[in-house]
Amino acid sequence: MDFRLTDDQRALVRGIRDLLGRRFGPDALRAAAGADGAGELDRGLWRELGAAGFFALRLPEDAGGVGLGLPEAALLFEEAGRALLPGPLVATHLAAGRVPGAAEGTAVVTRADGGLVEWLDAADVVLGVGDGVTPRPLRSVDPLTPLHRLAYARLDTGDVPDAHEASLLTAAEQLGSAGRTTALAVAHARVREQFGRPIGSFQAVKQLCAHMLVRTEVARAAVYAAAVTADPVEIAGARLLADEAAAECARDCLQVHGGMGFTWEAEVHLHLKRAWVRAARGLGGAVAEEAVAESLAATP
Amino acid sequence: MELDYSAEEEEFRARLRHWLGTELPKLPARPDPLDWPARRAYDCGWQRRLYDAGYGHVHWDGSPTRRLIFLEETERAGAPYVGAGFVGLLHAGPTIAAEGTPEQRERWLEPVLRGDAVWCQGFSEPEAGSDLASLRTRAVRDGDAYVVTGHKIWTSHAEIADWCELLVRTDPDAPKHRGISWLAMPMDAPGITVRPLRTLAGTAEFAEVFLDEVRVPVANRVGAENDGWRVTLVTLSFERGTAFVGEVVACRRVLGELARTARKNGRWDDPVLRRRLGRLGAEFQALWRLIQWNVSEAAATGAVPGTGGSVFKLSYSHARQELYDAAAAVLGPDALDLGREWPRDRLSSLSYTIAAGTSQIQRNIVAERVLGLPKGR
Repeated sequence: MDFRLTDDQRALVRGIRDLLGRRFGPDALRAAAGADGAGELDRGLWRELGAAGFFALRLPEDAGGVGLGLPEAALLFEEAGRALLPGPLVATHLAAGRVPGAAEGTAVVTRADGGLVEWLDAADVVLGVGDGVTPRPLRSVDPLTPLHRLAYARLDTGDVPDAHEASLLTAAEQLGSAGRTTALAVAHARVREQFGRPIGSFQAVKQLCAHMLVRTEVARAAVYAAAVTADPVEIAGARLLADEAAAECARDCLQVHGGMGFTWEAEVHLHLKRAWVRAARGLGGAVAEEAVAESLAATP
Repeated sequence: MELDYSAEEEEFRARLRHWLGTELPKLPARPDPLDWPARRAYDCGWQRRLYDAGYGHVHWDGSPTRRLIFLEETERAGAPYVGAGFVGLLHAGPTIAAEGTPEQRERWLEPVLRGDAVWCQGFSEPEAGSDLASLRTRAVRDGDAYVVTGHKIWTSHAEIADWCELLVRTDPDAPKHRGISWLAMPMDAPGITVRPLRTLAGTAEFAEVFLDEVRVPVANRVGAENDGWRVTLVTLSFERGTAFVGEVVACRRVLGELARTARKNGRWDDPVLRRRLGRLGAEFQALWRLIQWNVSEAAATGAVPGTGGSVFKLSYSHARQELYDAAAAVLGPDALDLGREWPRDRLSSLSYTIAAGTSQIQRNIVAERVLGLPKGR
């Protein structure tokens, strides 16, 4: 047993981190969130992601894919979450090989999930919205995720294709976001001075940061393991912890930033809002807790 | 990133499982939990069986993965845990193995492995809790011995121990972390008085130890004089990093029992309780995976468990308390009956956020040593 990342996996993470750092760093994120056309998808970036294998990662090589597995996909989505990359990433990744152009990043695919559709207007293909259903636009809490509401909520997630994989990739995004807000809080606490000292030297702030790391690392172990086993109950548990880590770390990061954290200037609010949007995707919260509880009672 | 065990590791597991299957039925009945001499005899007897079968040194044979499998299988089979052997096997033993001289290793390790020697821990003092290095117990050199005078507290199993891993101040003028030495003190030496302390759980698990001019040979010092703090950190990293592995396996078993009990007694119909157990299920599963992560790191780097142990301990100690609070919800009125195991365990769980470094101290460690935040008050 060696649960650590392999050298190839580390290289993969470095590669995507470099690409995202170059193409969608913190400045690009702020610019996108502040722009008038915040609901528009950067098609150029989408194609670059396609060329880098982001969507075709798990397709077999003879089908033009990269031939890697769910653990590698989780690592990519963690990086996407860290960068707060916008777009229907999970839906397009899952559509690769089934919807023409999805694997290459030339088509943008979205799907109905949890009663919501992300990026409806920007998508070329929309899955899971039946004929005669008219999605109603919402004024999305997340400036970088346009949302439409379906007239009904899909409470039975069993009929959403790839529901468990979608949940795992969402959990990986949440994990990346938790890691990022933890790093942002720590960086701020080291340099921001009050009472003549860095605020990170005060126990109250220090312990907040430590708790963020603990939550993130526990979620990381859960998400990575779920990616390896692909077990539906383990995925449900990982999703639960990752949803919580993303939202709570963003809140704590905002707290560490003080008044500035409550403004549009800091990027923290974007992480919190996206964490809420991701948490609304199917198989979250109560469903996950019930699934894990059921498995506990069933184990002899 | 993989979780499969190698063929060799699986073979170890199969052999151990088979051995446990034949050996456990031969075990005598478990002693009264309050009868410490009987518990010592029982725990040491079990350790002797492990030793004779070649599993005696599994906790520090250099393979963290084998250790993980050992703890998983023994817990699954319902075998005894280390019990009275805790300090010797998981704490003093590994420290002596890492820091002792060849003579010291020969003298002290074999008896621990054979179940012939029980150790206790003389670290904490009444005035030095979380600030462990501010300890005051003095050791003054007199020829080939240290003369030790002071007062230790929270010393588990002191009244049945043969040896004590003792921290003493050998240089009162040095900065507090630099004047400490690590001694192995025989518990039958003249001048030692042990007074058991009753815990809130009603048990006498630990004791105060009064030291009045106790002579400890200089040859019993592990590590250099005044270098005891560094030796102690080696000990503590063992304690925080891996000592709880078996307990996590046990907690996962308890959680399953809770769910099945709730299903039988009707409380399962309460969705709030169900979801609470589900949440705990996710958390303990994650803690198990975190252990596998830490063990993989330790196996690959050969290092003693690092600060990852603090991350684990913080999370685990709170989860354990939540587990037994949930147990109380499952039991209902029976949760107030100390004749039952879960209410007793609920009380015991209260020590987990305090013992082996409080959660507050652990968070400071994580913040300063992992996240690199500045030291402060």
